[in-house]
Amino acid sequence: MSTVNNAASLPNKKLHDGMIKSRKTRVGDLVIAFVCLVAMLICLLPMVHVLACSLSSADALVRNDVFLWPKGWNLEAYKTVMTTEKYVRSLGWTAVLTVVCTLLSLFLTICTAYPLIYPNLRGGKVINFIILFTMYFSAGTIPSYILLNNIHFLNTPWALIVPNCISVFNVIIMRSFFYGVPDSLREAAEIDGAGPIRVLFRVYLPLSLPVIATLALFYAVGRWNGFSDALMYLKKSESEKYWPIQLLLYNVIKNSTQTSEQVAQEGFFNNGVSKTIQMATVMFATVPILIVYPWLQRYFVTGVTIGAVKG
Amino acid sequence: MSDVKQASLNRNIRSQKMPWKVYMRRYWTLYLLLILPLAFFLVFRYTPMSYILLAFKKNNILLPPWQVPWAKNNGFEWFIKAFQDRNFIAALRNTIFLNLLDLLIGTPMPIIMALILNELAFPKYKRVTQTVLYLPHFLSWVIISSISLRLFATNDGMINKLMGTSIPFLGTENNWRAMYIVLGIWKECGWNTIIYLAALTGISPELYEAAEVDGASRLQKIWHITLPGIRSTIIVLLIMNLGHILGSEFDRPFTLSNPLVVGASKTISIFVYERGIQGSQFSLSTAVGLFQSVVCVIFLLLSNSLAKKFGERGIW
Repeated sequence: MSTVNNAASLPNKKLHDGMIKSRKTRVGDLVIAFVCLVAMLICLLPMVHVLACSLSSADALVRNDVFLWPKGWNLEAYKTVMTTEKYVRSLGWTAVLTVVCTLLSLFLTICTAYPLIYPNLRGGKVINFIILFTMYFSAGTIPSYILLNNIHFLNTPWALIVPNCISVFNVIIMRSFFYGVPDSLREAAEIDGAGPIRVLFRVYLPLSLPVIATLALFYAVGRWNGFSDALMYLKKSESEKYWPIQLLLYNVIKNSTQTSEQVAQEGFFNNGVSKTIQMATVMFATVPILIVYPWLQRYFVTGVTIGAVKG
Repeated sequence: MSDVKQASLNRNIRSQKMPWKVYMRRYWTLYLLLILPLAFFLVFRYTPMSYILLAFKKNNILLPPWQVPWAKNNGFEWFIKAFQDRNFIAALRNTIFLNLLDLLIGTPMPIIMALILNELAFPKYKRVTQTVLYLPHFLSWVIISSISLRLFATNDGMINKLMGTSIPFLGTENNWRAMYIVLGIWKECGWNTIIYLAALTGISPELYEAAEVDGASRLQKIWHITLPGIRSTIIVLLIMNLGHILGSEFDRPFTLSNPLVVGASKTISIFVYERGIQGSQFSLSTAVGLFQSVVCVIFLLLSNSLAKKFGERGIW
């Protein structure tokens, strides 16, 4: 009798254990999913708050009772930004600048990275050193500033376009990706009589669209978010028309912050341009990027990984 | 026919034996491509290096640096002045302090986040989470500072209002330092998980299966399989960050700063900007920049050899 019982209970016990285990993991999974939800909210809520503020009435913001949902729904702030010449010009100029810089940077990055993958490039080691050395040792802020002063780039758009148009880090990413293209493809094309340029266009570029997309994103974000070069190189008031949006935004916000005593007493951000307009400007300055980057996620993840491994 | 033969012959003997003329006729376009980039590096990266000479000369940028007379004390006047300057010492201290805090608190966060994401069982949900976590990386410090002013202001900030307090989050030096670190983590934590997640995919699933058969719990698996699996990535990144201990960002402290906390927020990069570009003390600020660059290179070399000592690949 007892043996039968034992025999019957054995598989049952196993089943039971398995159920407990899977239920345990399921609880653990839910806890982890919850932690991820919290992390997501921490990343998202500040942006939602900014959006809500930009859509609220100025009064509601002064009374300070906007949290995640707009109070006194209106689009006035956006209309104001879109009709204020200063903002429109800066946004448009930053967009043009970003496109120009991204194209130029991509072109130059390909020009730099492609020859370096040729194992028989004569002088390749020296060229490689010349390029990589600048990643570890830079002259510094002031010598670069003096150079731009001497070649009369200061207070001109060139100061925003040229000095940082090649990032060595991105060259390395590009080069690593090119290395991933099998040599046999290049050699086959060479046997067919194709020169390096045609090999680049026929073999390498078509295979490199993911990395080109990644670097385009990196360069575009870098330029769109670029602030310190504009702050340092566009000092004169007549170059204000070349201010990118980040510098304009910084100045708008800085001017609305008061002296230190007032800051201490009342907190920041009280005077000057209405807060709703500031928040609308923040939206204008972030939305273009936030629309683009999720579509490129698959690519930039690979790009970052390559860069970190080889860099 | 002879063309094919010629090409394959060239391929076999490679370039060593190819005469210059033949080589250049075939590959001159490679050098054509390199002209613009090399010109860029020579003009915008190497020419400024010659202006470093100014750090040892009198403060004059109207003449080319090699024609300017030497500064006092065998040319080391500006270095001596910098180290006698209380503001510079403060900037040096702030730079190191903020970077150390970043290193100690900022480095573990993406590792923890990557481990959490790695344990997440729902693939679609995981992808959405990753996308959202990458978002702050794409915001500039100007944007983040303007948002943080709205959220953390002492009296009318959202956080203080929600909690019914009036904590000066950005108004005292210690609080500001904490916020500096927190906002840095907010911006880069998600982004920095990318590299750890990539390292995690390299761990063999068989290890987990074997551990499961042995009845290992989730935490045991993380501790004995996952963490050892990304050990080398962690060490390399940690050491690389250590190499940047004297490096200083500009945008982050500059935009987050406010008049109440300059004692904590003024880093070397801001010191150079204020003295050099705003104050026209070019020699002094070049000297400071040179000091910073040289220390950076030394630290990088040291940390690289440290990485090799740990048995890792190093960064070059």
